[in-house]
Amino acid sequence: MTISEKIISAHVGRRVQAGDLVVTPVDGVMATDTTGPLALKAFAEMGGSRVFDPSKCALILDHAVPPPNERIANLHSMLRVFAKEQGMRLFEIGEGICHQVMVEHQYVKPGDIFIGADSHTSTYGALNAFACGVGSTDLAATLMTGKIWMKVPETIKIICHGKLQAGVSAKDLILFLVGQITISGATYQAIEFEGEAFEGMSLASRMTIANMVAEMGGKTGIVNPKGLELEYDFDPIYPDADANYLRVLEFYVADLEAQISIPSSPDNVQNISIVEGLPIDYAFIGTCCNGRLEDLRSAAQILKGKRIKEGVRFLIGPASKSVLLDAMNEGTLQILIEAGASIITPGCGPCVGTHQGVPGNNETVISAANRNFKGRMGNPNSNIYLAAPATVAASALEGKITNPVNVRL
Amino acid sequence: MICKGDIHVYGDNIDTDRIIPGKYTKTLDLSTLADHVLEDLDPSFKDKVKEGDILIAGKNFGCGSSREQAPLALKQAGIALVIAEDFARIFYRNAINIGLAIIEIGPHTISENSRIEAHVLEGKVYDKLLDKTYDAVKMPQVMIDILQEGGLVNYLKKHRDYNI
Repeated sequence: MTISEKIISAHVGRRVQAGDLVVTPVDGVMATDTTGPLALKAFAEMGGSRVFDPSKCALILDHAVPPPNERIANLHSMLRVFAKEQGMRLFEIGEGICHQVMVEHQYVKPGDIFIGADSHTSTYGALNAFACGVGSTDLAATLMTGKIWMKVPETIKIICHGKLQAGVSAKDLILFLVGQITISGATYQAIEFEGEAFEGMSLASRMTIANMVAEMGGKTGIVNPKGLELEYDFDPIYPDADANYLRVLEFYVADLEAQISIPSSPDNVQNISIVEGLPIDYAFIGTCCNGRLEDLRSAAQILKGKRIKEGVRFLIGPASKSVLLDAMNEGTLQILIEAGASIITPGCGPCVGTHQGVPGNNETVISAANRNFKGRMGNPNSNIYLAAPATVAASALEGKITNPVNVRL
Repeated sequence: MICKGDIHVYGDNIDTDRIIPGKYTKTLDLSTLADHVLEDLDPSFKDKVKEGDILIAGKNFGCGSSREQAPLALKQAGIALVIAEDFARIFYRNAINIGLAIIEIGPHTISENSRIEAHVLEGKVYDKLLDKTYDAVKMPQVMIDILQEGGLVNYLKKHRDYNI
Protein backbone atom coordinates (compact mmCIF):
# COMPACT_ATOMS: atom_id res chain seq x y z
CA MET A 1 0.00 0.00 0.00
CA THR A 2 0.96 3.63 -0.54
CA ILE A 3 1.14 5.99 2.44
CA SER A 4 -2.31 7.37 1.56
CA GLU A 5 -3.83 3.89 1.28
CA LYS A 6 -2.35 2.96 4.68
CA ILE A 7 -3.65 6.07 6.43
CA ILE A 8 -7.14 5.79 4.95
CA SER A 9 -7.31 2.03 5.60
CA ALA A 10 -6.46 2.63 9.26
CA HIS A 11 -9.28 5.16 9.50
CA VAL A 12 -12.04 3.17 7.81
CA GLY A 13 -11.10 -0.16 9.41
CA ARG A 14 -10.58 -2.12 6.23
CA ARG A 15 -7.97 -2.41 3.53
CA VAL A 16 -8.69 0.11 0.78
CA GLN A 17 -6.97 0.80 -2.50
CA ALA A 18 -6.80 3.62 -5.03
CA GLY A 19 -10.17 4.14 -6.67
CA ASP A 20 -12.31 3.01 -3.72
CA LEU A 21 -14.96 5.42 -2.50
CA VAL A 22 -14.92 5.80 1.26
CA VAL A 23 -16.57 7.77 4.02
CA THR A 24 -13.80 8.33 6.53
CA PRO A 25 -13.67 9.85 10.00
CA VAL A 26 -11.30 12.80 10.28
CA ASP A 27 -8.90 13.84 13.05
CA GLY A 28 -9.03 17.57 12.52
CA VAL A 29 -10.94 20.30 10.71
CA MET A 30 -10.23 23.98 10.20
CA ALA A 31 -11.55 26.98 8.32
CA THR A 32 -10.31 30.54 7.87
CA ASP A 33 -11.87 33.97 7.62
CA THR A 34 -12.19 33.48 3.84
CA THR A 35 -13.93 30.10 3.92
CA GLY A 36 -15.36 30.06 7.46
CA PRO A 37 -18.29 32.45 7.07
CA LEU A 38 -19.79 30.51 4.14
CA ALA A 39 -19.11 27.25 5.99
CA LEU A 40 -20.99 28.43 9.08
CA LYS A 41 -23.89 29.57 6.89
CA ALA A 42 -24.01 26.13 5.25
CA PHE A 43 -23.62 24.42 8.67
CA ALA A 44 -26.76 26.17 9.94
CA GLU A 45 -28.66 25.52 6.70
CA MET A 46 -27.90 21.79 6.69
CA GLY A 47 -29.26 21.50 10.22
CA GLY A 48 -25.99 21.55 12.15
CA SER A 49 -26.25 22.46 15.81
CA ARG A 50 -23.05 21.19 17.47
CA VAL A 51 -19.70 20.48 15.83
CA PHE A 52 -18.71 16.81 16.06
CA ASP A 53 -15.83 17.41 18.50
CA PRO A 54 -14.83 20.96 19.51
CA SER A 55 -11.31 19.84 20.46
CA LYS A 56 -10.68 18.76 16.85
CA CYS A 57 -12.12 21.86 15.18
CA ALA A 58 -10.52 25.28 14.80
CA LEU A 59 -11.17 28.62 13.17
CA ILE A 60 -8.26 30.86 12.21
CA LEU A 61 -8.36 34.57 11.40
CA ASP A 62 -5.50 34.93 8.92
CA HIS A 63 -6.56 35.95 5.40
CA ALA A 64 -7.48 39.56 6.17
CA VAL A 65 -5.92 40.53 9.49
CA PRO A 66 -6.31 43.00 11.06
CA PRO A 67 -9.59 43.51 9.19
CA PRO A 68 -9.22 46.22 6.52
CA ASN A 69 -12.90 47.21 6.56
CA GLU A 70 -16.14 46.87 8.51
CA ARG A 71 -17.49 44.06 6.32
CA ILE A 72 -14.55 41.80 7.14
CA ALA A 73 -14.52 42.93 10.78
CA ASN A 74 -18.11 41.73 11.04
CA LEU A 75 -17.26 38.38 9.46
CA HIS A 76 -14.51 38.00 12.07
CA SER A 77 -17.07 38.74 14.78
CA MET A 78 -19.37 36.06 13.37
CA LEU A 79 -16.59 33.47 13.57
CA ARG A 80 -15.75 34.50 17.16
CA VAL A 81 -19.37 34.08 18.24
CA PHE A 82 -19.61 30.64 16.64
CA ALA A 83 -16.36 29.44 18.23
CA LYS A 84 -17.50 30.59 21.65
CA GLU A 85 -20.92 28.94 21.31
CA GLN A 86 -19.31 25.68 20.22
CA GLY A 87 -16.49 25.70 22.76
CA MET A 88 -13.91 25.40 19.99
CA ARG A 89 -10.69 27.34 19.58
CA LEU A 90 -10.50 30.45 17.44
CA PHE A 91 -7.02 31.71 16.66
CA GLU A 92 -7.14 35.48 16.82
CA ILE A 93 -5.66 37.99 14.40
CA GLY A 94 -1.89 37.84 14.52
CA GLU A 95 -1.67 34.26 15.82
CA GLY A 96 -0.57 33.25 12.37
CA ILE A 97 -1.44 31.49 9.13
CA CYS A 98 -3.83 28.56 9.50
CA HIS A 99 -1.37 25.90 8.32
CA GLN A 100 1.46 27.09 10.52
CA VAL A 101 -0.85 27.39 13.51
CA MET A 102 -2.38 23.92 13.04
CA VAL A 103 1.09 22.35 13.01
CA GLU A 104 2.49 24.43 15.89
CA HIS A 105 -0.52 23.69 18.10
CA GLN A 106 -0.56 20.01 17.13
CA TYR A 107 -4.05 19.93 15.68
CA VAL A 108 -2.52 17.58 13.11
CA LYS A 109 -0.06 14.76 13.70
CA PRO A 110 1.52 11.94 11.69
CA GLY A 111 -1.01 9.41 10.40
CA ASP A 112 -3.96 11.81 10.73
CA ILE A 113 -6.60 12.64 8.18
CA PHE A 114 -7.13 16.39 8.25
CA ILE A 115 -9.64 18.45 6.29
CA GLY A 116 -9.07 22.16 5.88
CA ALA A 117 -11.05 24.78 4.03
CA ASP A 118 -7.98 26.11 2.28
CA SER A 119 -6.28 24.71 -0.78
CA HIS A 120 -2.85 24.66 0.87
CA THR A 121 -4.01 22.20 3.54
CA SER A 122 -1.76 19.75 1.70
CA THR A 123 1.04 21.37 3.74
CA TYR A 124 0.52 18.85 6.58
CA GLY A 125 1.81 16.10 4.33
CA ALA A 126 5.15 17.30 5.73
CA LEU A 127 4.05 15.58 8.94
CA ASN A 128 3.30 12.24 7.28
CA ALA A 129 -0.44 13.04 7.47
CA PHE A 130 -3.15 12.80 4.81
CA ALA A 131 -4.41 16.37 4.50
CA CYS A 132 -6.82 17.67 1.98
CA GLY A 133 -8.21 21.09 1.05
CA VAL A 134 -11.96 21.48 0.55
CA GLY A 135 -14.47 24.30 0.07
CA SER A 136 -16.88 25.76 2.59
CA THR A 137 -19.84 23.40 2.20
CA ASP A 138 -17.71 20.24 2.43
CA LEU A 139 -16.13 21.83 5.51
CA ALA A 140 -19.54 22.48 7.04
CA ALA A 141 -20.52 18.86 6.48
CA THR A 142 -17.29 17.68 8.10
CA LEU A 143 -17.83 19.96 11.11
CA MET A 144 -21.30 18.43 11.51
CA THR A 145 -20.56 14.75 10.85
CA GLY A 146 -16.86 14.38 11.66
CA LYS A 147 -16.57 12.56 8.34
CA ILE A 148 -15.91 13.18 4.67
CA TRP A 149 -16.50 11.13 1.54
CA MET A 150 -13.65 10.76 -0.90
CA LYS A 151 -12.09 8.60 -3.52
CA VAL A 152 -8.86 6.95 -2.38
CA PRO A 153 -6.34 8.66 -4.65
CA GLU A 154 -3.83 7.10 -6.94
CA THR A 155 -0.28 8.14 -6.08
CA ILE A 156 2.58 9.61 -8.06
CA LYS A 157 5.92 8.92 -6.42
CA ILE A 158 8.61 11.56 -6.90
CA ILE A 159 12.11 10.44 -5.98
CA CYS A 160 14.83 13.09 -5.77
CA HIS A 161 18.38 11.79 -5.70
CA GLY A 162 21.28 13.84 -4.38
CA LYS A 163 21.53 16.60 -1.82
CA LEU A 164 20.66 20.18 -2.74
CA GLN A 165 23.72 22.36 -3.12
CA ALA A 166 24.43 25.24 -0.74
CA GLY A 167 22.19 28.25 -1.39
CA VAL A 168 19.48 26.11 -3.01
CA SER A 169 16.44 25.48 -0.83
CA ALA A 170 13.30 23.38 -0.60
CA LYS A 171 11.45 26.17 -2.42
CA ASP A 172 13.77 25.90 -5.41
CA LEU A 173 13.20 22.16 -5.45
CA ILE A 174 9.41 22.34 -5.25
CA LEU A 175 9.29 25.09 -7.89
CA PHE A 176 11.33 22.83 -10.14
CA LEU A 177 8.97 19.92 -9.47
CA VAL A 178 5.83 22.02 -10.05
CA GLY A 179 7.36 22.99 -13.40
CA GLN A 180 7.89 19.32 -14.22
CA ILE A 181 4.48 18.04 -13.06
CA THR A 182 2.54 21.15 -14.28
CA ILE A 183 -0.40 22.85 -12.65
CA SER A 184 -2.83 20.06 -13.45
CA GLY A 185 -0.42 17.13 -13.61
CA ALA A 186 -1.50 15.63 -10.28
CA THR A 187 -5.24 16.44 -10.34
CA TYR A 188 -7.17 14.04 -8.04
CA GLN A 189 -3.89 12.31 -7.15
CA ALA A 190 -1.63 12.03 -4.14
CA ILE A 191 2.10 12.67 -4.33
CA GLU A 192 4.73 10.88 -2.29
CA PHE A 193 8.11 12.59 -2.04
CA GLU A 194 11.11 10.49 -1.19
CA GLY A 195 14.83 10.32 -1.66
CA GLU A 196 18.01 11.83 -0.31
CA ALA A 197 17.03 15.41 -1.13
CA PHE A 198 14.12 15.27 1.33
CA GLU A 199 15.69 13.14 4.05
CA GLY A 200 17.80 15.88 5.58
CA MET A 201 15.04 18.47 5.43
CA SER A 202 13.63 20.26 8.46
CA LEU A 203 9.90 20.16 9.15
CA ALA A 204 9.70 23.74 7.83
CA SER A 205 11.30 22.76 4.51
CA ARG A 206 9.04 19.70 4.24
CA MET A 207 6.06 22.04 4.73
CA THR A 208 7.27 24.16 1.80
CA ILE A 209 7.41 20.99 -0.32
CA ALA A 210 3.97 19.65 0.61
CA ASN A 211 2.43 23.13 0.41
CA MET A 212 2.95 23.45 -3.33
CA VAL A 213 1.30 20.13 -4.14
CA ALA A 214 -1.71 22.44 -4.48
CA GLU A 215 0.06 23.99 -7.48
CA MET A 216 0.20 20.54 -9.10
CA GLY A 217 -3.54 20.05 -8.62
CA GLY A 218 -2.91 17.25 -6.11
CA LYS A 219 -5.33 16.03 -3.49
CA THR A 220 -2.56 15.57 -0.97
CA GLY A 221 1.22 15.36 -0.93
CA ILE A 222 3.07 13.35 1.66
CA VAL A 223 6.77 13.54 2.35
CA ASN A 224 8.29 10.18 3.24
CA PRO A 225 8.98 10.40 7.00
CA LYS A 226 12.55 9.15 6.72
CA GLY A 227 14.63 11.75 8.59
CA LEU A 228 11.59 13.58 9.97
CA GLU A 229 12.25 14.98 13.43
CA LEU A 230 9.40 16.23 15.62
CA GLU A 231 9.30 17.41 19.22
CA TYR A 232 7.17 14.38 20.15
CA ASP A 233 7.34 10.64 19.47
CA PHE A 234 5.42 9.25 16.53
CA ASP A 235 5.06 6.09 14.47
CA PRO A 236 6.20 6.84 10.93
CA ILE A 237 4.12 5.46 8.05
CA TYR A 238 6.17 4.26 5.11
CA PRO A 239 4.83 2.89 1.83
CA ASP A 240 5.13 -0.84 1.20
CA ALA A 241 7.87 -1.94 -1.15
CA ASP A 242 5.24 -3.40 -3.50
CA ALA A 243 2.86 -0.41 -3.38
CA ASN A 244 1.15 0.46 -6.64
CA TYR A 245 1.97 3.84 -8.14
CA LEU A 246 0.35 5.58 -11.07
CA ARG A 247 3.76 6.94 -12.01
CA VAL A 248 7.23 6.98 -10.49
CA LEU A 249 9.36 9.98 -11.45
CA GLU A 250 13.04 10.23 -10.58
CA PHE A 251 15.21 13.33 -10.64
CA TYR A 252 18.85 13.99 -9.86
CA VAL A 253 18.82 17.33 -8.06
CA ALA A 254 22.34 17.77 -6.65
CA ASP A 255 23.12 20.29 -9.38
CA LEU A 256 19.79 22.15 -9.26
CA GLU A 257 20.22 25.92 -9.29
CA ALA A 258 17.88 28.63 -8.01
CA GLN A 259 14.47 28.45 -9.68
CA ILE A 260 11.90 31.10 -10.47
CA SER A 261 8.26 31.01 -11.56
CA ILE A 262 7.47 33.50 -14.31
CA PRO A 263 4.07 35.30 -14.46
CA SER A 264 1.32 34.25 -14.49
CA SER A 265 1.22 30.57 -13.60
CA PRO A 266 3.15 28.82 -10.82
CA ASP A 267 4.23 26.01 -13.18
CA ASN A 268 5.97 28.41 -15.56
CA VAL A 269 9.30 27.66 -13.90
CA GLN A 270 12.79 28.41 -15.22
CA ASN A 271 16.36 28.53 -13.99
CA ILE A 272 16.83 31.96 -12.47
CA SER A 273 19.50 32.89 -15.04
CA ILE A 274 16.70 33.37 -17.61
CA VAL A 275 15.43 36.51 -15.83
CA GLU A 276 18.42 37.63 -13.76
CA GLY A 277 18.80 41.40 -13.83
CA LEU A 278 15.10 42.21 -14.30
CA PRO A 279 14.35 45.30 -12.14
CA ILE A 280 11.87 44.78 -9.29
CA ASP A 281 9.67 47.20 -7.35
CA TYR A 282 8.49 45.08 -4.47
CA ALA A 283 9.82 42.04 -2.58
CA PHE A 284 7.78 39.90 -0.20
CA ILE A 285 8.72 37.03 2.13
CA GLY A 286 5.97 35.28 4.03
CA THR A 287 2.92 33.01 3.53
CA CYS A 288 2.19 29.39 4.37
CA CYS A 289 4.83 28.48 1.80
CA ASN A 290 7.83 30.43 3.11
CA GLY A 291 7.16 32.55 6.20
CA ARG A 292 8.93 30.36 8.74
CA LEU A 293 12.00 31.03 10.87
CA GLU A 294 14.44 29.29 8.53
CA ASP A 295 13.10 31.44 5.68
CA LEU A 296 13.65 34.66 7.60
CA ARG A 297 17.10 33.42 8.61
CA SER A 298 18.08 32.77 5.02
CA ALA A 299 17.04 36.33 4.13
CA ALA A 300 18.92 37.74 7.13
CA GLN A 301 22.03 35.84 6.14
CA ILE A 302 22.07 37.72 2.84
CA LEU A 303 21.08 41.10 4.24
CA LYS A 304 23.15 41.27 7.44
CA GLY A 305 24.81 44.67 7.67
CA LYS A 306 23.46 45.77 4.28
CA ARG A 307 20.61 47.96 2.96
CA ILE A 308 18.14 47.01 0.28
CA LYS A 309 18.17 49.01 -2.96
CA GLU A 310 16.59 52.45 -2.73
CA GLY A 311 13.16 52.51 -4.32
CA VAL A 312 12.41 48.85 -3.52
CA ARG A 313 9.73 47.93 -0.97
CA PHE A 314 10.39 44.87 1.14
CA LEU A 315 7.63 43.31 3.24
CA ILE A 316 7.94 40.39 5.60
CA GLY A 317 4.96 38.49 6.95
CA PRO A 318 6.01 35.95 9.60
CA ALA A 319 3.93 32.78 9.36
CA SER A 320 2.95 32.95 13.03
CA LYS A 321 3.37 34.88 16.25
CA SER A 322 5.74 32.18 17.41
CA VAL A 323 7.91 32.67 14.32
CA LEU A 324 7.85 36.43 14.89
CA LEU A 325 8.92 36.03 18.53
CA ASP A 326 11.70 33.60 17.69
CA ALA A 327 12.97 35.87 14.92
CA MET A 328 12.90 38.79 17.33
CA ASN A 329 14.64 37.00 20.19
CA GLU A 330 17.52 35.71 18.09
CA GLY A 331 18.11 39.04 16.32
CA THR A 332 17.00 37.95 12.84
CA LEU A 333 14.20 40.49 12.82
CA GLN A 334 16.53 43.34 13.70
CA ILE A 335 18.85 42.48 10.81
CA LEU A 336 15.91 42.46 8.40
CA ILE A 337 14.41 45.71 9.67
CA GLU A 338 17.77 47.47 9.64
CA ALA A 339 18.21 46.29 6.07
CA GLY A 340 14.97 48.04 5.12
CA ALA A 341 12.19 45.47 5.62
CA SER A 342 8.72 46.30 6.98
CA ILE A 343 7.11 43.65 9.16
CA ILE A 344 3.37 42.97 8.81
CA THR A 345 0.97 41.14 11.11
CA PRO A 346 1.45 37.35 10.98
CA GLY A 347 -1.12 36.11 8.46
CA CYS A 348 -1.58 35.61 4.73
CA GLY A 349 -0.74 39.26 4.07
CA PRO A 350 -0.53 40.51 0.49
CA CYS A 351 -0.56 36.99 -0.99
CA VAL A 352 -4.36 36.97 -1.16
CA GLY A 353 -4.74 40.42 -2.72
CA THR A 354 -7.03 41.85 -0.10
CA HIS A 355 -4.81 44.37 1.69
CA GLN A 356 -1.36 44.93 3.23
CA GLY A 357 0.61 45.63 0.08
CA VAL A 358 -1.26 45.52 -3.22
CA PRO A 359 1.20 46.19 -6.08
CA GLY A 360 0.70 49.15 -8.43
CA ASN A 361 0.15 49.03 -12.18
CA ASN A 362 3.05 47.63 -14.22
CA GLU A 363 5.00 46.83 -11.07
CA THR A 364 7.18 43.77 -10.75
CA VAL A 365 6.96 41.73 -7.56
CA ILE A 366 9.27 38.99 -6.40
CA SER A 367 7.55 36.88 -3.79
CA ALA A 368 8.26 33.81 -1.70
CA ALA A 369 4.56 32.85 -1.96
CA ASN A 370 3.11 29.95 -3.94
CA ARG A 371 0.83 31.63 -6.52
CA ASN A 372 1.35 34.23 -9.21
CA PHE A 373 -1.95 34.08 -11.06
CA LYS A 374 -3.02 37.28 -12.75
CA GLY A 375 -4.54 39.56 -10.12
CA ARG A 376 -3.45 37.31 -7.28
CA MET A 377 -2.05 40.13 -5.14
CA GLY A 378 -4.99 42.40 -5.89
CA ASN A 379 -3.89 44.07 -9.13
CA PRO A 380 -4.19 42.28 -12.49
CA ASN A 381 -1.80 44.85 -14.00
CA SER A 382 1.20 43.73 -11.96
CA ASN A 383 3.61 40.84 -12.51
CA ILE A 384 4.51 38.35 -9.80
CA TYR A 385 7.64 36.18 -9.85
CA LEU A 386 7.89 33.34 -7.31
CA ALA A 387 11.19 32.30 -5.77
CA ALA A 388 12.94 31.13 -2.64
CA PRO A 389 13.32 33.52 0.33
CA ALA A 390 17.07 33.84 -0.31
CA THR A 391 16.35 34.88 -3.90
CA VAL A 392 13.76 37.42 -2.77
CA ALA A 393 16.23 38.89 -0.26
CA ALA A 394 19.06 39.00 -2.81
CA SER A 395 16.72 40.68 -5.32
CA ALA A 396 15.60 43.28 -2.75
CA LEU A 397 19.26 44.02 -2.05
CA GLU A 398 20.17 44.53 -5.68
CA GLY A 399 16.88 45.99 -6.90
CA LYS A 400 16.74 43.36 -9.61
CA ILE A 401 16.20 39.63 -9.83
CA THR A 402 19.38 38.13 -8.41
CA ASN A 403 20.67 34.63 -7.80
CA PRO A 404 21.51 34.54 -4.07
CA VAL A 405 24.71 32.60 -4.73
CA ASN A 406 26.03 35.71 -6.50
CA VAL A 407 25.64 37.94 -3.44
CA ARG A 408 28.85 38.40 -1.52
CA LEU A 409 28.15 37.65 2.14
CA MET B 1 -31.76 18.49 -16.30
CA ILE B 2 -31.34 19.88 -19.83
CA CYS B 3 -29.36 23.06 -20.58
CA LYS B 4 -29.63 24.89 -23.91
CA GLY B 5 -28.45 28.37 -22.94
CA ASP B 6 -26.12 30.65 -24.86
CA ILE B 7 -22.48 29.78 -24.46
CA HIS B 8 -19.37 31.71 -23.38
CA VAL B 9 -16.12 30.06 -24.41
CA TYR B 10 -12.80 30.47 -22.57
CA GLY B 11 -9.49 28.61 -22.49
CA ASP B 12 -7.33 26.40 -20.28
CA ASN B 13 -6.32 26.82 -16.63
CA ILE B 14 -8.86 29.47 -15.66
CA ASP B 15 -7.88 29.86 -12.00
CA THR B 16 -10.14 30.87 -9.14
CA ASP B 17 -8.39 34.25 -8.82
CA ARG B 18 -9.68 35.03 -12.30
CA ILE B 19 -13.13 33.59 -11.62
CA ILE B 20 -13.48 35.81 -8.55
CA PRO B 21 -10.50 37.83 -7.25
CA GLY B 22 -9.64 37.23 -3.58
CA LYS B 23 -10.45 40.81 -2.61
CA TYR B 24 -14.17 40.23 -3.30
CA THR B 25 -14.52 36.86 -1.57
CA LYS B 26 -14.92 37.99 2.00
CA THR B 27 -18.67 38.51 2.06
CA LEU B 28 -21.93 36.72 2.72
CA ASP B 29 -23.79 39.01 0.32
CA LEU B 30 -23.54 36.58 -2.58
CA SER B 31 -25.09 38.95 -5.11
CA THR B 32 -21.90 41.06 -4.95
CA LEU B 33 -19.91 38.12 -6.29
CA ALA B 34 -21.72 38.34 -9.63
CA ASP B 35 -20.59 41.96 -10.05
CA HIS B 36 -16.96 40.83 -10.29
CA VAL B 37 -17.18 37.37 -11.83
CA LEU B 38 -14.36 36.74 -14.34
CA GLU B 39 -13.46 40.44 -14.31
CA ASP B 40 -9.70 39.96 -14.74
CA LEU B 41 -10.31 37.54 -17.63
CA ASP B 42 -13.14 39.24 -19.51
CA PRO B 43 -14.46 42.51 -18.04
CA SER B 44 -17.51 42.36 -20.38
CA PHE B 45 -18.65 38.94 -19.11
CA LYS B 46 -20.78 40.17 -16.23
CA ASP B 47 -22.83 42.36 -18.57
CA LYS B 48 -23.39 39.79 -21.30
CA VAL B 49 -24.15 36.71 -19.18
CA LYS B 50 -27.82 35.78 -18.75
CA GLU B 51 -29.76 33.34 -16.60
CA GLY B 52 -29.37 29.83 -17.97
CA ASP B 53 -26.17 30.45 -19.96
CA ILE B 54 -23.44 27.84 -20.29
CA LEU B 55 -19.72 28.43 -19.67
CA ILE B 56 -17.34 26.40 -21.84
CA ALA B 57 -13.70 25.96 -20.84
CA GLY B 58 -10.63 23.91 -21.61
CA LYS B 59 -8.36 22.07 -19.22
CA ASN B 60 -8.14 22.40 -15.44
CA PHE B 61 -10.99 24.85 -14.96
CA GLY B 62 -11.06 26.34 -11.45
CA CYS B 63 -7.50 25.62 -10.40
CA GLY B 64 -6.03 27.44 -7.42
CA SER B 65 -7.75 28.32 -4.20
CA SER B 66 -10.48 26.41 -2.37
CA ARG B 67 -12.82 29.40 -2.44
CA GLU B 68 -16.38 28.23 -2.94
CA GLN B 69 -17.08 31.82 -3.93
CA ALA B 70 -15.80 30.83 -7.41
CA PRO B 71 -18.67 28.49 -8.38
CA LEU B 72 -21.05 30.70 -6.34
CA ALA B 73 -20.05 33.75 -8.41
CA LEU B 74 -20.79 31.87 -11.64
CA LYS B 75 -24.10 30.60 -10.30
CA GLN B 76 -25.09 34.03 -9.03
CA ALA B 77 -24.30 35.49 -12.45
CA GLY B 78 -26.80 33.08 -14.00
CA ILE B 79 -24.54 30.33 -15.30
CA ALA B 80 -26.52 27.07 -15.30
CA LEU B 81 -23.75 24.74 -16.39
CA VAL B 82 -19.98 24.67 -16.85
CA ILE B 83 -18.63 22.30 -19.49
CA ALA B 84 -14.86 21.78 -19.50
CA GLU B 85 -12.25 19.40 -20.76
CA ASP B 86 -11.53 18.76 -17.07
CA PHE B 87 -11.74 20.52 -13.71
CA ALA B 88 -9.49 21.21 -10.76
CA ARG B 89 -10.39 18.92 -7.87
CA ILE B 90 -11.68 21.35 -5.25
CA PHE B 91 -13.66 23.40 -7.78
CA TYR B 92 -15.32 20.20 -8.98
CA ARG B 93 -16.51 19.26 -5.49
CA ASN B 94 -17.47 22.84 -4.65
CA ALA B 95 -19.60 23.25 -7.77
CA ILE B 96 -21.58 20.08 -7.08
CA ASN B 97 -21.85 20.98 -3.39
CA ILE B 98 -23.52 24.32 -4.18
CA GLY B 99 -25.70 22.81 -6.90
CA LEU B 100 -23.92 24.22 -9.96
CA ALA B 101 -24.04 21.64 -12.74
CA ILE B 102 -20.72 20.78 -14.35
CA ILE B 103 -19.77 18.32 -17.07
CA GLU B 104 -16.29 17.05 -17.87
CA ILE B 105 -16.01 15.94 -21.51
CA GLY B 106 -12.30 15.68 -22.30
CA PRO B 107 -10.77 17.37 -25.38
CA HIS B 108 -13.44 19.20 -27.40
CA THR B 109 -13.89 21.55 -30.34
CA ILE B 110 -16.77 23.63 -29.00
CA SER B 111 -16.39 27.20 -30.28
CA GLU B 112 -18.24 30.53 -29.95
CA ASN B 113 -20.47 29.53 -32.88
CA SER B 114 -21.50 26.20 -31.38
CA ARG B 115 -25.02 25.67 -30.13
CA ILE B 116 -25.12 23.35 -27.18
CA GLU B 117 -27.73 21.06 -25.74
CA ALA B 118 -26.53 19.34 -22.59
CA HIS B 119 -28.25 16.53 -20.69
CA VAL B 120 -26.55 16.91 -17.35
CA LEU B 121 -27.58 13.77 -15.45
CA GLU B 122 -27.27 11.54 -18.52
CA GLY B 123 -23.84 13.03 -19.18
CA LYS B 124 -24.38 13.97 -22.85
CA VAL B 125 -23.33 17.20 -24.59
CA TYR B 126 -24.56 17.80 -28.14
CA ASP B 127 -22.90 20.44 -30.35
CA LYS B 128 -25.47 21.28 -33.05
CA LEU B 129 -22.93 23.24 -35.14
CA LEU B 130 -20.71 20.24 -35.76
CA ASP B 131 -23.41 17.62 -35.13
CA LYS B 132 -21.14 16.09 -32.53
CA THR B 133 -22.02 14.39 -29.25
CA TYR B 134 -19.68 14.21 -26.28
CA ASP B 135 -20.02 11.65 -23.50
CA ALA B 136 -19.24 13.05 -20.08
CA VAL B 137 -16.76 11.50 -17.69
CA LYS B 138 -18.96 9.60 -15.25
CA MET B 139 -19.46 11.14 -11.83
CA PRO B 140 -19.64 8.98 -8.70
CA GLN B 141 -23.29 8.26 -7.78
CA VAL B 142 -22.96 10.26 -4.56
CA MET B 143 -22.19 13.38 -6.60
CA ILE B 144 -25.17 12.78 -8.87
CA ASP B 145 -27.33 12.41 -5.76
CA ILE B 146 -25.94 15.63 -4.27
CA LEU B 147 -26.51 17.51 -7.54
CA GLN B 148 -30.05 16.19 -7.85
CA GLU B 149 -30.82 17.48 -4.36
CA GLY B 150 -29.55 20.91 -5.42
CA GLY B 151 -26.37 20.68 -3.37
CA LEU B 152 -24.82 19.20 -0.25
CA VAL B 153 -26.87 21.33 2.16
CA ASN B 154 -30.14 19.83 0.92
CA TYR B 155 -28.60 16.37 0.60
CA LEU B 156 -27.50 16.33 4.24
CA LYS B 157 -30.69 17.97 5.46
CA LYS B 158 -32.52 15.01 3.93
CA HIS B 159 -30.12 12.11 4.58
CA ARG B 160 -28.21 13.39 7.67
CA ASP B 161 -25.21 11.36 6.49
CA TYR B 162 -23.48 10.24 3.31
CA ASN B 163 -25.05 7.34 1.42
CA ILE B 164 -22.24 5.47 -0.28
